[in-house]
Amino acid sequence: MAILINRNTKLITIGLTGKQGSFHTLQSRDYGTNVVGGVTPGKGGMVHEGIPVFDTTYEAVKATGANAAMVFVPPPFAADSIIECIDSEIPLIIAITEGIPVNDMIKVKAALKGSKSRLIGPNCPGVITPGECKIGIMPGHIHMPGNVGVISRSGTLTYEAVFQLTQREIGQSTCVGIGGDPVNGTNFIDILEMFENDPETKAVIMIGEIGGTAETDAARWIKANMTKPVVSFIAGAAAPKGKRMGHAGAIISGEDDSADAKFKVLQECGVTIARSPAELGQKVAEVLKKA
Amino acid sequence: MNIHEYQAKALMRPFNIALLDGGVADTVEGAVEVAKKLGGSVWVVKAQIHAGGRGKGGGVKVAKSLVEVKTYAEQILGMQLITHQTGPEGKKVLKLFIEQGCAIEHEYYVGIVLDRTTGKPAFMVSTEGGMDIETVAHNTPEKIIKAQIDPATGFTSAHGRKLGYALGFKGETLKKAMKFFDGLYKLYIEKDCSIVEINPLVTTKTGDVIALDAKLNFDDNALFRHPDIEALRDVTEESAQELEAGKFGLSYVSLDGNIGCLVNGAGLAMGTLDILKIYGGEPANFLDVGGGATKETVQKAFSIILEDQNVKAILVNIFGGIMKCDIIANGVVDAAREMGLKVPLVVRLEGTNVALGKKILAESGLKITAANDLADAAQKAVAAAKGA
Repeated sequence: MAILINRNTKLITIGLTGKQGSFHTLQSRDYGTNVVGGVTPGKGGMVHEGIPVFDTTYEAVKATGANAAMVFVPPPFAADSIIECIDSEIPLIIAITEGIPVNDMIKVKAALKGSKSRLIGPNCPGVITPGECKIGIMPGHIHMPGNVGVISRSGTLTYEAVFQLTQREIGQSTCVGIGGDPVNGTNFIDILEMFENDPETKAVIMIGEIGGTAETDAARWIKANMTKPVVSFIAGAAAPKGKRMGHAGAIISGEDDSADAKFKVLQECGVTIARSPAELGQKVAEVLKKA
Repeated sequence: MNIHEYQAKALMRPFNIALLDGGVADTVEGAVEVAKKLGGSVWVVKAQIHAGGRGKGGGVKVAKSLVEVKTYAEQILGMQLITHQTGPEGKKVLKLFIEQGCAIEHEYYVGIVLDRTTGKPAFMVSTEGGMDIETVAHNTPEKIIKAQIDPATGFTSAHGRKLGYALGFKGETLKKAMKFFDGLYKLYIEKDCSIVEINPLVTTKTGDVIALDAKLNFDDNALFRHPDIEALRDVTEESAQELEAGKFGLSYVSLDGNIGCLVNGAGLAMGTLDILKIYGGEPANFLDVGGGATKETVQKAFSIILEDQNVKAILVNIFGGIMKCDIIANGVVDAAREMGLKVPLVVRLEGTNVALGKKILAESGLKITAANDLADAAQKAVAAAKGA
């Protein structure tokens, strides 16, 4: 089961022949992901490391029946590539690219509405269902198949959490990096709902950050809808105040977006909080014992 | 990226936003010259620094004669202006903006920011202009009126009416305000702003709607398509260390503590600061070496951390995913050797090629404290900084 990706996922990489795109696609294939094609305009017809290359995403989908795309296109052109994926009706788009302009993502977000696609990211490590399928830049070997779902806005902090779990021989159902950008395709709540409905997932780790209200919105959703235990850490309690942008964004929603405020709401909503990022594994072990 | 008020106003003019005439000067004589050229009998002398609250700090003065322009220019130019946004050390004023005066009837607040929840730009307006918007939001949230702009429709007259009527505008004033909102939104989109703030927007006794102050922030990710805005960067307003770090793909923010931090990934870097505080330590910086760090970038990171005289210990926390631990270990050893590192060094490595990385550190002959995990690393770094 797991969520989003599994053995049946057929992946194409947009920007396959670039240095990063090529490296991480091959890493994903080595992990066991079924890579069926790639897209680089102008290189259609080529075969790159045994992977057929197409000029357009539309052609690639038609020829390979791909149901997932990984986007490795540089920031100035990344939004265009994501829109091409949406236009090609790919069910799952995972955008790794870091540094896409916010206004470009505003357009992408509008294009996603009512479409057949779900976007994960951008600026994220990707998604992995341990033992089955890896789409992204995370180190596969620290993962282990199991029953804990992981959702995070950060990359390396996710690896830290996963590592703590694996060390305790607690496996993961699926790990999802939703990305650190202010406008992204998929939020905590979307993934929490999938984990709630996934019979394989027994508990969830949610790793958030200061800024925005995604974590507090998620906390309220958890309280109202979630039967499975959730453990959460919010990074940035020690971050200096004075980044004006965060505050202005918070005024819009009328919500305090500091780490302390988020921890407080999470706790009030019945989420188990880890004040220290080193406690995540231990806290999950505790909630699993109680469950 | 931030720019000065005078630069912001120059960008706003082509968008049909009504402004007062003004000019910039970096000497007292220059300031008087600008005032003479502008003519009239009232001028406002404004300090140009990248921080709000300039008026309260004594950086904005109304002059009623050229003699007063000279007096105020002398006072403000070169002063360390302290506001609630500059920190206690303040910022040195190197430029003045001299603007015509006007007869203000009422002050309003107008801002555009991204609403992260909906992924749309949103207007925020208030009749409580001239005040800190955070204070208004805290004390009288009902006095802030919002309008979300859908990217498919862009700004429409309906948005303009909603905002204009909410501020109590009528007739000609309403028309002028709607034109102003429209221009401001176009500016926000075309120039890839991350925040546009007009505080205050004023109505004058002569019936004009004028942007009296202007604060523009830009999306750093979009600067590649705005060389005109990149050219407005004032390096004297930015931390030299942060600029230097940026050139090497490092993300660095200076903090007040004494434990230097070198971490890969922004989330883990933030988490490292958090855990240091939990164990009673004070981080000296945030430093993310990024996913593709090399030996050279690690060395550069060390030299930036060590420029801070307060640093009493350094914590290296690397979770090698794509980045291999042995490469980091070699970088750390080389940097420590070449720089003759004097402060204690605590290193925590995990991930790809970790055994090899640990071996390189152990065999280097350098005094490096190895840590087993994140908590252990934080505790050891805190102890080292305290001289234990």
